[in-house]
Amino acid sequence: MLAFQILIDGFAISALYALGATGFTLIFGVSGVLNLSHGAIMVAAAVAAWAAASVLHVNTYFGALIGVAVALVAAFATYFAVVRPMQNSRLIPNEEKEIFVLTGTLLWGIMIQELIAYFFTNNAKTVLPIVEGVVDVLGVRTPRNEIFTAVVCCFVIGLLWLLVNRTRTGKAVLAASMNPRGVTLLGLELTRIYVVVWAIYGVLAGIAGVLLGMFLGVSSYSVGPLTASAFSIVVLGGLGSVSGSLIAAFVVGYLETLTAYLVSPAYRTIPALLLLVIVMYIRPQGLLGRR
Amino acid sequence: MAGFFKSRLFFISLVTVIVAATLPLYVSGYILGLLTVAFYFGVFAMAWDLLFGFAGEVNFGPTFLIGVGAYTAGILNNQYGWSVYLCIVLGALASVIAGLVLALPALRVRGPYFGLTTLVAVLMLQNFIVVFADLTGGEIGLTIPDVITINAGANYWIALGFMAISAAILYGLSQSPVGLVLQASGQDPVQAGALGFNIVKHKLAAFIVSAFFSGLSGALLVFYFGTASVGTVVDVAVGVNVIVSAVLGGRRTVLGAALGAIFLIVAGEFLRPTGELATFIVSAVALLVVLFFPGGFLGAALSREARS
Repeated sequence: MLAFQILIDGFAISALYALGATGFTLIFGVSGVLNLSHGAIMVAAAVAAWAAASVLHVNTYFGALIGVAVALVAAFATYFAVVRPMQNSRLIPNEEKEIFVLTGTLLWGIMIQELIAYFFTNNAKTVLPIVEGVVDVLGVRTPRNEIFTAVVCCFVIGLLWLLVNRTRTGKAVLAASMNPRGVTLLGLELTRIYVVVWAIYGVLAGIAGVLLGMFLGVSSYSVGPLTASAFSIVVLGGLGSVSGSLIAAFVVGYLETLTAYLVSPAYRTIPALLLLVIVMYIRPQGLLGRR
Repeated sequence: MAGFFKSRLFFISLVTVIVAATLPLYVSGYILGLLTVAFYFGVFAMAWDLLFGFAGEVNFGPTFLIGVGAYTAGILNNQYGWSVYLCIVLGALASVIAGLVLALPALRVRGPYFGLTTLVAVLMLQNFIVVFADLTGGEIGLTIPDVITINAGANYWIALGFMAISAAILYGLSQSPVGLVLQASGQDPVQAGALGFNIVKHKLAAFIVSAFFSGLSGALLVFYFGTASVGTVVDVAVGVNVIVSAVLGGRRTVLGAALGAIFLIVAGEFLRPTGELATFIVSAVALLVVLFFPGGFLGAALSREARS
């Protein structure tokens, strides 16, 4: 009984982590950017969906759509206002661009977080779920919303796989992650590929954020932990490796769920952190990373 | 080194410190208290800059070193009632050990991987503090029975003196041959190694020095506050402030980091009437500076001087 419960809850949480981390790893793989405003964008999406449903009284589907749209706008703003000016800046030496982008996106994330706190307070918000009620799965009473979350996450990740592997745009993105210079030599504009990647990222982060808002609820305090968990999942899986992040997301998700059920919810994050430290010492490039 | 004592920078710093030392004679205790905290923060930022600006190691967890120093000193005082000064020294030593532990992965991995390890170190410390609440006071914070002094002026002078001495040592170190080797190994470790410098030894030394000053400052800070809590010395947000201070003031300048820290804390206080928007405004200003003047305050000033 407990085993099934852990299996089901762990799956939903892991799928959500996976979706959140995929966009993050995609951007790193293609443009070498670690976006530390990730958590803020996810929370922005969830809060927008919440505000649309509870303040403007639109229906839940439309609210969710607004949430995703907000994340998309926020992702573009991150790219055009913060990341791109830094990458093109002649004042910043090349070898220091990484730390500048990290600092810049971090500050940007804090700005988004503070704005959310200012306009919508720090209180936790739960987005009205699209599907309600509970069903019995293998003898475990499971909210329909939890199943919905897992299904949507898997579906979106599947779509992403199709997009990257089966379409022309996706192949260009893939090529850019392997060899940016080679792509430009083939006549593809790198900037355009980056814009596409940030758009994909925005949609993924938005969906993940809205689902998170329905499943667990968010507040402006979740920004830091969300960024940290995406960061650790991505490093655990190997920076830039999408399949690595998927595996890592499930490892982290199940570890957390197991700890929460079997030991204590207070220790939830500790085993995953320990695992991360061990992996960093033994295999610094992550599970599926290339050096 | 002799040239430095004749330079304009030395003169300006000396005058600034002397002027700052006279402040307790005519400013309120409130401002002194604010600046006292700002000075300790200045040391955090300078110690961080030594690691990042010179050794080229992006330490996302400055609060790991600060927190270990602060909590060790605090716990020893709280549990055993040892004298304040002994606790401060032991806190700094504990921080040095923590620095060595943190340096281990740094010698194996680089870039974002190292950054993440340091971030994880902070999260682990935070969890540790919450889990062992009997010893550490957990989320509520640790009460520290003793303080150095309750006189606002004396506290201010201690902080100012400590910052001035730390600045002199750290700046001197950064300008010394050791500092140059550090800078070289940060920018191109392979070439620096090929020139015959022991990079591992230099980086370890940088970690030890950075940890020592972070821990010392952290320990002094808790004896000033009379309490140690996750929110003041360990939280990732505190670490972010340290990093932003250093980048804002001008990385690779050491002294700029202190300026950045003082600016950040004083600006945060001035913006208090704007309520919850204060952090937003400070972050926005910091972002603009990072975008348009990546050299920071001191970097911009120094390059203007170099041009003229």
